[in-house]
Amino acid sequence: MRDLAVIALLCTAVASSAAATFEVRIAACLACHGEQGQSANPEVPSLGAQPSAYLAIQLYLFREKLRPVKLMNELTKDLSNDDLQRFAESMAALPAPKPSADAPDAARIERARVFVQQNRCGFCHGADFAGHDNIPRLAAQREDYLAKALREYKSNTRPGYDASMAEVVQPINDADLADIAYFMARAPK
Amino acid sequence: MTMLPARRRRLLRAGTVAILLVSSGAIAAQPAAPPLPPGSPLIGRPDVEEAKKLAPIVPSPIPTAADRLPVDKLRAPSGFRIEVFMANVPNAREMAVGDKGTVFVGSRLIDKVHAIVSRNGQREVKAIASGLHRPNGVALHNGTLYIAEVSRISKIDEAEDHVDNPPAPTSVYEDLPKDEAHGWKFIGIGPDNKLYVPIGQPCNNCMPPPTHGQIRRLNLDGTGVELVARGVRQTVGFDWHPVSKELYFTDNGRDWLSEDLPEDKLNRVTQLGQHFGVPYCYQGNIPDSEFGWGHSCSEFTPPVALMGPHTATLGMRFYTGRMFPAEYLNAIFVARHGSWNRTHKVGGDIVVVKLNGDGSVKSVEPFITGFIQDNNYVGRPVDVAFLKDGSMLISDDFNGAVYRVSYAGARAATR
Repeated sequence: MRDLAVIALLCTAVASSAAATFEVRIAACLACHGEQGQSANPEVPSLGAQPSAYLAIQLYLFREKLRPVKLMNELTKDLSNDDLQRFAESMAALPAPKPSADAPDAARIERARVFVQQNRCGFCHGADFAGHDNIPRLAAQREDYLAKALREYKSNTRPGYDASMAEVVQPINDADLADIAYFMARAPK
Repeated sequence: MTMLPARRRRLLRAGTVAILLVSSGAIAAQPAAPPLPPGSPLIGRPDVEEAKKLAPIVPSPIPTAADRLPVDKLRAPSGFRIEVFMANVPNAREMAVGDKGTVFVGSRLIDKVHAIVSRNGQREVKAIASGLHRPNGVALHNGTLYIAEVSRISKIDEAEDHVDNPPAPTSVYEDLPKDEAHGWKFIGIGPDNKLYVPIGQPCNNCMPPPTHGQIRRLNLDGTGVELVARGVRQTVGFDWHPVSKELYFTDNGRDWLSEDLPEDKLNRVTQLGQHFGVPYCYQGNIPDSEFGWGHSCSEFTPPVALMGPHTATLGMRFYTGRMFPAEYLNAIFVARHGSWNRTHKVGGDIVVVKLNGDGSVKSVEPFITGFIQDNNYVGRPVDVAFLKDGSMLISDDFNGAVYRVSYAGARAATR
């Protein structure tokens, strides 16, 4: 994580600098989130093919410190509303991430699939978990990031833009949350 | 596939024996699905493709730039003019106008109450309170600003004088549930100098605990709580008749009954504690398919007007200004936020409700239209308020903006 912190600090000036070209500025985002929309960094989400409305909301929440993540709060603090929209649209235009390439534990996948159906994740996130509008893509997201996000929703440290996820995950135990993350990182399968 | 309780109910309603047998078999073969969160607006959504396309529309918190606001798409009656009053008011919801002209604006999806102030002919937006939980409601009384969060009412004294360096709001009343569903609040202070606080149903359609589905009133210090109205699903707008002083309030009908039913309502309180039907009866004449059993709509106070199906009829105020023509005096302007759980969107406008001398409704007519273009929103009106000069403000939470409607007179109309 220290490496990321260093990158982020170096990038802060670039991302928020009006003088730099947009390509230079967004390079600062891609350095961590992945140039091809796929993040290689633990707990840093892949942003390729995320709905731009969702991304714009998250960027706004970071800038306004309504979603407390120090690096992102710092990186976004001087961005204009237009910047937020442009960054969101550019990231959304990147290719969708690819599912985790490891040989999945078939039994765990099946268990999680039933659980995901029972909990109706696809009800909002879409049958293929690609998300839409303000609802994020989950398909092939990093497992560690999904697990972290679900834990944060459950502990209410990430209240979200509306309260839906905090409510949805309340009754789900930690092992099942981990299974959901495992499944989504490998979806669609 | 997993059979869901909602689907099971729908199939039971359909009453097709063959399908019922098949679905019962499927249910037995699968573990029961956990329910959606009790407040989820998707509870009751039929498991059919057309309905699955529908879900609440969540606006961006990022305000639309002034030059991209949809004023040129909005239509007003002849002689009226509509303009941008202020852009960059994130998620603008309920409004309250101070004696010195400051416009306070609540928000639902962010943590702030904003103040629009005018200095040297320039308007600017300031956050007057931050770190709040869905501060949708704002009301003013003798210079004190009251703010309604989901489970707290607080106040800032002499708010117009503290816009630049506001103190933290101090608590007035906290005996409120914490439910997110229909937890955001519109508030108002009546001619009786009491604070009116609604507590919505914590669900789309359910039997509420005795603490919910009502409007309360209390003294401005939070004491003396009384029940004003029961059987209220979710009111996000009310005001008092300028002459009779009776309370009129809008109420949102349940979701998912059908595309066209039930309609939202305009209600009138003629007696403290009246019951307006929810969840037993909707729109005054539809017994609920679940909770209506054993009840008749005649047990409840009927609405004075129906406001359209799923139109999300929200903020409303009586017009007592002098700028608009006489036909609007003591009429009610109502913001219809617009439907989400309907294939063809309806609402997305300001309507004017004209009353008869006895307080009954004479007509409901369109006033400002155009927020829906090609079945998409270009804006969503939430509340109306009036400036001292009699012109009207409209808040738009979709764009984070406030518009102003003024009347230029018959001469302008003929130009």
